[in-house]
Amino acid sequence: MTATSTRRADEPQAGDQGQISGAEIRLENVVKRYPGQQAAAVDGLSLVVPAGEIVMLVGPSGCGKTTSLKMINRLIEPTSGSIHIGDQDISGQGADQLRRTIGYVIQGGSLFPHMTVARNIAIVPKLLGWEAGRIAERVDELLELVNLDPAKYRDRYPRELSGGQQQRVGVARGLAADPPVILMDEPFGAVDPITRQRLQDELLSIQRELRKTIVCVTHDIDEAIKLGDRILILQEGARVAQYDTAEAILASPADDFVADFVGAGSSLKQLSLSRISEVELRRPTTARIGESTIEVKRRAEANGDTAVVVLDRHDKPTAWPWLRQLKGETIHAGAEDLINLDHRATLNDALDTMLTNSHGGAVVTGDRDRYLGVVDFVAVTDFMRTQQEELESTRRDQVLASSDPQDEHRDDITADDGAS
Amino acid sequence: MGESQLASGTPTPTRGDRAPRGGSERGWRGRLTAESAIVLFAIPVIVLVGFAAYAIWHETATLDSVEESALAWPTIWQQIWEHVKLTFVSAFFVVVIAVPLGVLLTRGRARAAAPIVVGIANSGQAAPSVGLIVLFAMWIDFGFSTAVIALTLYAILPVLRNTIVGLQGVDPTLVEAGRGVGMSAASVLVRVELPLALPVIMAGVRTALVLLVGTATLATFINGGGLGATLQAGISLLRYSVIVSGAVLVALLALLIEWLGRVLELVSRPRGV
Repeated sequence: MTATSTRRADEPQAGDQGQISGAEIRLENVVKRYPGQQAAAVDGLSLVVPAGEIVMLVGPSGCGKTTSLKMINRLIEPTSGSIHIGDQDISGQGADQLRRTIGYVIQGGSLFPHMTVARNIAIVPKLLGWEAGRIAERVDELLELVNLDPAKYRDRYPRELSGGQQQRVGVARGLAADPPVILMDEPFGAVDPITRQRLQDELLSIQRELRKTIVCVTHDIDEAIKLGDRILILQEGARVAQYDTAEAILASPADDFVADFVGAGSSLKQLSLSRISEVELRRPTTARIGESTIEVKRRAEANGDTAVVVLDRHDKPTAWPWLRQLKGETIHAGAEDLINLDHRATLNDALDTMLTNSHGGAVVTGDRDRYLGVVDFVAVTDFMRTQQEELESTRRDQVLASSDPQDEHRDDITADDGAS
Repeated sequence: MGESQLASGTPTPTRGDRAPRGGSERGWRGRLTAESAIVLFAIPVIVLVGFAAYAIWHETATLDSVEESALAWPTIWQQIWEHVKLTFVSAFFVVVIAVPLGVLLTRGRARAAAPIVVGIANSGQAAPSVGLIVLFAMWIDFGFSTAVIALTLYAILPVLRNTIVGLQGVDPTLVEAGRGVGMSAASVLVRVELPLALPVIMAGVRTALVLLVGTATLATFINGGGLGATLQAGISLLRYSVIVSGAVLVALLALLIEWLGRVLELVSRPRGV
């Protein structure tokens, strides 16, 4: 049943992934007991987070997921047990020293309102005693990484930014000193769904480049499925209900608690498992900013297209006008911000974006917002149909292969779900 | 001496060096509401006009010899200077005592003691100020220093309370964010908590200044100097011109110092907040 658990590793993109710069995190029998409370908040949690992976901590509120996270950077001191990052025991060094080597990203960004964006990002490098020139360089580099124009944003104050921009700066601050480990506490909880989807895509794209070890707390199972290489589902007292890849958890929840938590629509959730990059993209006519309009129209008509994708000089799509909307002598960037889909976005995100788009499709971009193609409903539904067929056939095999009556029973139920 | 002293205690309203160069931020002027802008620019005008009117009256009125000696310009400048000194020296000690105490009372276990200490400071302020000053004079000595001690104790409460309230008002997630990225507790206090609490603390300082400038008129009873002497002289000599002079000058000084407090409050507010 865990045949699918190596999803990320054997994907074609694996080749152009960056070097792993993360470190393994190992929790051994970690306990946190608060004085005056009968039950332990964290009751003997043991966990290995492999280097370079994203592990999502999910569970009902009060299950101890945030406590577990904060014990990794010693914002909360464990009552007993040990935590190692790489081969270092974290209790062996000063807590402040330790935290400077661990990125920390919090809901809403938690930027200091009286400091500019640049100063917010520069906090940890400054604490580590970097030179001013190196810090300034690093700040600009990070702002570019999180898709904010340094010249425009570095001297702004947080309240002059939108929620999504603040959160981006929060991520940049977490990455500032290039820490091997990053902890995130509900990082995208405070932004609207479309911004959240974009930020998630960006995080995946950054992670593809940097390969940090990321531990992220969320209450949103869809977010966990989308971002996590592995998902840790916790029960009260931070007891591990299941720790596995999203596919494995969706295909075979360990118990009723997990099944309930993952939710009834788990076959719908499969949509969150498939990425745009797996779907075949259309390549309609493209145009460059500054090109002659007549020329572009002629080209599009020759291809039988009724709309063109306008790219800027970095290959970033900026507009997607119908031919009749092309006015003036030369092509110019659209007035509105075009909502693009990262190729790592899930089919769920894709359907969302398409529904708000008059073309019934969405423009797909790769690393650094480079244009890849266009995805439409037909492509997605075709893909889903073949997926579903594959899934059904593997499930039939599993049911046949299973000898345990209880297992068989569960598989029957999921198969029914899938059919309905 | 006098005129320049008064002027030096008054920062010019334009603080060009603090104004941002970029266009995105309008500086502290951008944070002014119309109402507070009027107050801020009207007060110095009122004080100037009031003082000019007083000076004209002083030069043109026919005064008898008693009034003449009580209202001699050198005496008046001397008293204004003493009054300003009483106010600011006390305010200095108030800040030096109340802010660290307030910080202490918002840390760790000391938090529990905060209500007790605020209670004590409260009762100090509830005690009649004349009584407090005279009691201290009998206990210690007459003179300037004793007046400063009494005034300081009297004005601690607003600064202490506002320091505590200001620090408690700082978003705890920001403090945790600071600790979470590896700032030490002291660093979080100095770079995050105090800057964010500063407007509230400065509001307390302004209240303290207003309290002090009024109460400092009582210092004259224990030989502490100040404009109270003119009032006192007017009352004992039964000269209304002298009483009114003292009252007008104290009122103008109080207005000016209150204005100064407002300016401090405004320029101390961190940008971006």
